[in-house]
Amino acid sequence: MDWLSIFQNSFTQMVGVAAVVYCLAALGVNIQFGYAGLLNFGQAGFAAIGAYAVAVLVVTVGWPLWLAIICGVIGSILFGLILGVPTLRLRADYLAIVTIAAAEIIRQVARSVTLNDYLGGSDGISGKYAADWYALNPFEGIDFFVLRFSKNDLWVVLNGWALVAIIALLTWLLMRSPWGRVLKSIREDEDAVRSLGKNVYLYKMQALVLGGVIGSLAGVIFAMAAQSVQPDNYATTLTFYVYVIVILGGAARVFGPIIGSMIFWFLLVFISELLNNAVRAGYISSDILSTDQIGQVRFMLVGIGLMLLMIFRPQGIFGDKKELALDER
Amino acid sequence: MSASPEVNRQQAALVRGTLEYVAPVPGAPKPDPIFIGDTINRSFGGLVAVDVSHLEVQRGSITALIGPNGAGKTTFFNVVTGFDPPNSGTWSFEGRPLAGKPAYRVARDGMVRTFQLTKVLSKLTVLENMRLGAQGQRGEGLFTALVPGLWRRQEQENTDRAIAMLEKFNLIHVKDEFAGALSGGQRKLLEMARAMMANPTMLMLDEPMAGVNPALTQSLLEHIKELREEGITIFFVEHDMDMVRDISDWVIVMAQGTVIAEGPPAHVMRDPVVIDAYLGAHHDAALTETGESLTKKADA
Ligand SMILES: Nc1ncnc2c1ncn2[C@@H]1O[C@H](COP(=O)(O)OP(=O)(O)OP(=O)(O)O)[C@@H](O)[C@H]1O
Ligand SMILES: [Mg+2]
Repeated sequence: MDWLSIFQNSFTQMVGVAAVVYCLAALGVNIQFGYAGLLNFGQAGFAAIGAYAVAVLVVTVGWPLWLAIICGVIGSILFGLILGVPTLRLRADYLAIVTIAAAEIIRQVARSVTLNDYLGGSDGISGKYAADWYALNPFEGIDFFVLRFSKNDLWVVLNGWALVAIIALLTWLLMRSPWGRVLKSIREDEDAVRSLGKNVYLYKMQALVLGGVIGSLAGVIFAMAAQSVQPDNYATTLTFYVYVIVILGGAARVFGPIIGSMIFWFLLVFISELLNNAVRAGYISSDILSTDQIGQVRFMLVGIGLMLLMIFRPQGIFGDKKELALDER
Repeated sequence: MSASPEVNRQQAALVRGTLEYVAPVPGAPKPDPIFIGDTINRSFGGLVAVDVSHLEVQRGSITALIGPNGAGKTTFFNVVTGFDPPNSGTWSFEGRPLAGKPAYRVARDGMVRTFQLTKVLSKLTVLENMRLGAQGQRGEGLFTALVPGLWRRQEQENTDRAIAMLEKFNLIHVKDEFAGALSGGQRKLLEMARAMMANPTMLMLDEPMAGVNPALTQSLLEHIKELREEGITIFFVEHDMDMVRDISDWVIVMAQGTVIAEGPPAHVMRDPVVIDAYLGAHHDAALTETGESLTKKADA
């Protein structure tokens, strides 16, 4: 067993590119679902809009990166409005259905053969998205104890976590303000909030769009890190992992998505590394488990872990047990 | 409320005095109506829940809306506050037409209601529930929220007001508890106090005393009378006839969706139409007693 490599990979991925991307997407969902109680199951769609805006506008059209990012953000605002206008006056489940369908529509359009010339079909688009931005990187890669990043990944990760910190700070500011109070109240009982003269529809729209914009930034970072986009990276599984992360960390907690994402990626990598090593070293007979099955098995184990968490700590890592108990009255 | 409390008090007394000259008939016009409703109809499938041809509420009065279970009182409240779209009807508040306005606008216009099934925000503290009630909060905008300097002072003022209100409503000792941890009666009180935070012109209470202990009821009745002295109109639904007799200036009786009687409490409770409505709607013994107690109280 190569313990150093197991821990090296696990800890690196704990704060790695994927953790950053999923954390950003989860910060958005936390505003929508955690604070406002909106079931947005289309976060993958918002991320796809950010990613494709960067890919198409920079690689195909040749616009500068910053302009492409702004367009991605505007695109996600429009997407949020389109989803919100017909559904936010209706019961919560309608939003869930519409968002999950809309995100799938985006993915299917992105991988469609008809638009192959513009969006690259199922292969997506690769190219030099962010050469200028990578050129700004003053650091070399690091290989320090359990952390190991290439030069480019280090730059992505540093910028990504900085963005996470800014968004977490904004979330914190918002949620301790009267605006956040209205949002949390809407999650509890919309009619009570209406009866006190607040335009519930407007707040829900703001929450949906704000969370969606943050989701689109996840896509932007994803695209910049990979220097490519593939439509199938923005499937519903992304959205569901993001929900796992939010619930794991504790919904409606500013640090919930951050810790949730780190734990999620640590566990996922740690389990697969551990199993891989164990199979290769012969601790687990390859009759029981072969290395190419590990990809699936790790999700089973993470699933079991989540079940245990929900049984023994249903409020998530940061959640407040007392608060959860109020539901049972 | 620009006038001094003393002037308000005099005005309120004056306004109530004029009710003496209002004919005690269904749909009676009032000398100074704050609320006027016309041909309001709400049906659920074949069931006509509300069918009110004309209803006025006198400004500055305490007006009770009573009627047997299922008479349509709550539905009427829901319709006029914008929570439930009617099949037809128009209504106005302080001369402004309200039909079709969303619920939050109705509240902003000064018509603030509470719910029969209390709606406290369980996972917010009692104090946060109260703060939510305050109107015109600068910190409730998405962008202004990010700059605490813009709203901190207003928040402090709202907090002070909330604390004073909680003291009145006997909730100050639970101000930092989650509202979900309150008892049923405490929730009723919190909801009423929170509605008061919105500075209503007319406060609409749906069964405010249900589940509130008798000792507290008395002090609450005093608060409600005080609100009237401040010039606030109170329009409330209640089954507790003692309370209705004690505090209301005017009583409107609904049965099967329509207004069947109106008048000062003593008059209404003696009205055979009203007694019939209460008895006719239910034939079981327990409610027959209610009918008898209605008559007895009217005689007393
Ligand atoms: N959402 C609804 N769907 C169908 N029927 C309804 C609905 N809401 C009310 N009703 C019906 O309308 C009628 C009036 O109900 P409402 O709740 O207004 O009565 P109420 O006078 O408030 O009675 P209570 O004193 O028991 O609270 C009842 O027959 C009720 O069954
Ligand atoms: Mg009712």
